[in-house]
Amino acid sequence: MKILYGMQKPDEGTIAVAGTQVTFGSPADAISRGIGMVHQHFMLADNLTVLENVVLGSEKLYGIGGGARKKIKEISDRYGLNVRPDVLVEDLGVAERQRVEILKVLYRGASTLILDEPTAVLVPQEVDALFDNLRELKSEGLSVIFISHKLGEVLSVADDITVIRRGTTVGTAVPSETTPRQLAEMMVGSELPTPETAESTVTDKAVIEVKGLTVYASGGASMGVEAEPVGPGSLVEAGGEIKKVLDDVTFTIHAGEVMGIAGVEGNGQTELIDALIGTKNADSGSIAFLGEDITPWPTRKRRESGVGYIPEDRHRQGLLLEAPLWENRILGHVTEAPNAKGVWLNPKGAQADTRRIVEEYDVRTPGIDVTAASLSGGNQQKLIVGREMSHDPKFLIAAHPTRGVDVGAQAQIWDRIRDARREGLAVLLISADLDELIGLSDTLRVIYDGRLVADANPATITPEELGSAMTGAASGHLEHVENGAEAAAESAPEDEAR
Amino acid sequence: MKKFDKERLLLAVAGPALALVAAILLTSVVLIASGKSPIEPYRLMIEQAGYSDVQVLIINQASLYYIAALAVALGFRMNLFNIGVDGQYRLGAMMTAVVGAHVALPAALQVPLLLLVGALTGAMWAGIAGVLKVTRGVSEVVATIMLNSIATSLIGYLTLTDNWGVPLGDNVTTGVMKESGWVPGIDLGSDVGEIYGLVFLAIAMGIGYWFVLNRTRFGFDLRATGASETAAAASGVNAKRMVLTAMLISGAVAGISGLPLLLGDVHTYSLSFPAGLGFTAIGIALLGRNNPGGIALAALLWAFLDKASPALDYATPEPYEKEIATIMQGLIVFAVVISYEVVRTWGLRRQQKRVGEELAAAAAQNTKKEVAV
Repeated sequence: MKILYGMQKPDEGTIAVAGTQVTFGSPADAISRGIGMVHQHFMLADNLTVLENVVLGSEKLYGIGGGARKKIKEISDRYGLNVRPDVLVEDLGVAERQRVEILKVLYRGASTLILDEPTAVLVPQEVDALFDNLRELKSEGLSVIFISHKLGEVLSVADDITVIRRGTTVGTAVPSETTPRQLAEMMVGSELPTPETAESTVTDKAVIEVKGLTVYASGGASMGVEAEPVGPGSLVEAGGEIKKVLDDVTFTIHAGEVMGIAGVEGNGQTELIDALIGTKNADSGSIAFLGEDITPWPTRKRRESGVGYIPEDRHRQGLLLEAPLWENRILGHVTEAPNAKGVWLNPKGAQADTRRIVEEYDVRTPGIDVTAASLSGGNQQKLIVGREMSHDPKFLIAAHPTRGVDVGAQAQIWDRIRDARREGLAVLLISADLDELIGLSDTLRVIYDGRLVADANPATITPEELGSAMTGAASGHLEHVENGAEAAAESAPEDEAR
Repeated sequence: MKKFDKERLLLAVAGPALALVAAILLTSVVLIASGKSPIEPYRLMIEQAGYSDVQVLIINQASLYYIAALAVALGFRMNLFNIGVDGQYRLGAMMTAVVGAHVALPAALQVPLLLLVGALTGAMWAGIAGVLKVTRGVSEVVATIMLNSIATSLIGYLTLTDNWGVPLGDNVTTGVMKESGWVPGIDLGSDVGEIYGLVFLAIAMGIGYWFVLNRTRFGFDLRATGASETAAAASGVNAKRMVLTAMLISGAVAGISGLPLLLGDVHTYSLSFPAGLGFTAIGIALLGRNNPGGIALAALLWAFLDKASPALDYATPEPYEKEIATIMQGLIVFAVVISYEVVRTWGLRRQQKRVGEELAAAAAQNTKKEVAV
C-alpha cells in the first residue's frame, strides 16, 4: 500500500498503471499517475475549511477561490458525496471528514482510489452510505482498492478479492462464490477465530466502581496526553459554557467481567480512559478500585497497584518506537520486578522477561534488541498485551486491543483476554469493532456525547441495533426486537447506565 | 543479537564520522577559495597537538566543555533545550568565587561547599525556567535565553564595588579566593603546565551521567519522556515533575562547569572569565550524540581546535588565519545535524527491512513445512 502510493520503494517487482510500467519516487508521482489514497488516520487540518483543506498542496489545479469551489461542488454532486466547501473541518463528523478525504483525492484527478481501513471509525449506517459512494465511483469508471480486515464488508463491496498474509498474496476470491468463513480461513491459514466468550465468569466482587465521573473539556496547556477532539461538536458549546466531555458516568465492573463500551470515536472514550489511568483527573465523581478510592492517585501508583493498560494509540502511548523491545518491556512498569531492583534498573531481568514474552505471545521478531518501530503493528500489539498481562493486572483497560492487527494476532489477543477474565480479571473494553465488542463482552454500554446512554445484552444485540444507539438515536435499555423479553430478563443491569 | 549490536555501533559512528569528513572537506574548499594550501593548516595543527604544553591546555579546556555539554545533553535526553547553560555556568562560577573569597573553611569542607554553591546557583537559575514551563507553559528555550541576558546584568550588578566587586587594574574581580578552596592540579613541570584537579570530577560526572540514565528508574523515566512524552505519561511518569527535575539537574551540572578553571587556575571571577561556554557546549553535546563517551571525544576535538589554532597565526613561512578552526567548528555543528538525521532514518529503514526479510524467510520455511505435511 505504501509502495503503491509512492511512500516506500519496492525492492523487487514492478507496478503497471493502465498497461505502462511505472516507478514512484514519492506520493506526488503516484498522484500524477492518478493514484490517490485515503489514509486510515485522516490528514486534515481542523482549523481550515473543507475548501482550504482540499486545495492545500494543489493550489495550481483550479486556484483557491471560485474555481476550486465550483470544482468541489461538481465532484461532490457527481458522486453524491454531499460535501459543503465552506464548513470548518473541526465541525464535521467522522463520516463527513472521510468524504472530504475522498473528495480531496478525486480533486487531484485520481482514477484509482486506495482506501485503508475506511470503516474502522464508522457506524454501520455510515458504512452503508460509504459503500453507496463507492458504488457511485465505480459506476463512473474509477477503480477502488479497499483494504480492510472486516470480511463482511469486503464481501459486500468488492468485485474481486485478494488475500494478503504476512506480506505475500495467499489467494484471490470472487465475492459471490465465497463465504466469510472461507475468506477468513485464507487469511489465518487454518482455524477461524471467533470472539465469542463461552461461559460467563462474572463474579459479584466489584473491582472498579465509577460514580458520577465528570470531566470538563480542558482549555489550558496540558503536559500530559492531549485529547484529540474528533467527535461531533466543538469543545466549547454555544454560550461559552465549558463542555463536559464526560458527564456523570457511573458503572461497576466485577472480577471476571468484560464490560464493552460502544460508541463512535470522540464521544468521551479517550477522556474516560485518561480519567481511569490518571493522566487527566476527574473534575467530579469518584473512582474506586477494589474498594479503595483511587481518584487522587497519580498514574504510576494506579499502574503499580494492578491497573493494566492497552492504549488506543500504541505508537503514541504504548511504545517507545526507537527503543529496543526490552526497553519497551520496561515502559509503564519501571518500578516493578523484573525490571527494577530498588531504584536501580535491572536490564538483565527485563531482557530475560522480554524473551519470555516474545516466546509466549508469539511476537515475530528476530531478537529483543531491534527497535519497536521495526515490528509490524500486530506484533507490537502482542508485545504490549504480553507486557500488561505479565504484571497480573486486576483491572485491564483495553482500548481497541485489536485495531490494525491481523486476524491471527487478533485471535491470540482475544484468547489472552478471555484467559485472564476466567482468572478474575475485570476488563473495560473499548472498541470500534462491534463484533469484537459483542463477542467478548459480558455487559455492553453505549457512550454518546460523554454520557453512557444505553446498555445492551451482548448475547442478543445485533451490530445494527448497537449502531443506531451509537449515533444517539436510541437510548435506555436496548432490546433486540425479536426476543426482546428474553433479553430484558437476562441482562437486568447491575447498576444504572444513566 | 551480536549482529544488531555491531549494527548499532556502526550507526553510532557513521553520523559523527560523516559530519567530520564533510566539515573538513568544506573547510578545505574555503581554504582553496582564499588561495591557501588546503592541507598545510591541518598539518600545523596536528603538529601542535604533539607538544605536551598544548596537550595540557586541551585537556583543561575540554574538562570545562565536557561538564557544560553534559548539562546540555541531560536536557536533550528528555527533549528539553537548555540554551541557558551559559548563564547558569557564569552565575554559578561567580557565586562560587564570591563565597570562596569570603568563607574560609578547611580544604576538606571548603571544596565541597564551593561545588555545592556552584551547583545550587546553576540549579536555581535553570529552575526558574523549569517552574515557568511547568506552571505557565513557557517554552524553556525562550526562558533560558532571556535568563542568559538577565544573568549578564545580574553579574554586572553583583560585581559592582558596592557589592562584591574588587577592582584590580582595569579589571573587576570578585577578589581572590581563600587558598583552602584552591584545588591542586597535577604539575607536569613549569614549561608544560598543570592539569586541573577537577578534570577528574569531569570524568566522574561522565560516568555518573551514564549510570543514572541507563541504570536507574529515574533515568529510564527521563529517557522515556524524551522519546515520547505521551507514552511516558501513559506509563506513569509525572511529566511536570520530570521537566522540573531535569531542568534542576541540568542547571546544577552547568553551575559546576566553570569550576575546574576557577578552583584550579584563576581563583577569581573577573571580566576576563570565558563567556560563551554554554553555547559551545550545545554543539559538543550534539556532536557527541548525548552519549558520555561521544561527548568526551567531541569536547577534546573542540578543545584541540581551540588550542592548536592560535599557532597558525605565527606559522612560518606562511601564516594562516586561526579563524579556520572557528569555521571548522561551525561547519561541524552544521554537518552534524544533517548527517545524524540522515543516518538515523537510514538506520531505521535498514532495520525494518532486515526484520522484514528475516521474518519472511522464517515464514517461507513454515509454509514449506505446511505444504510438506
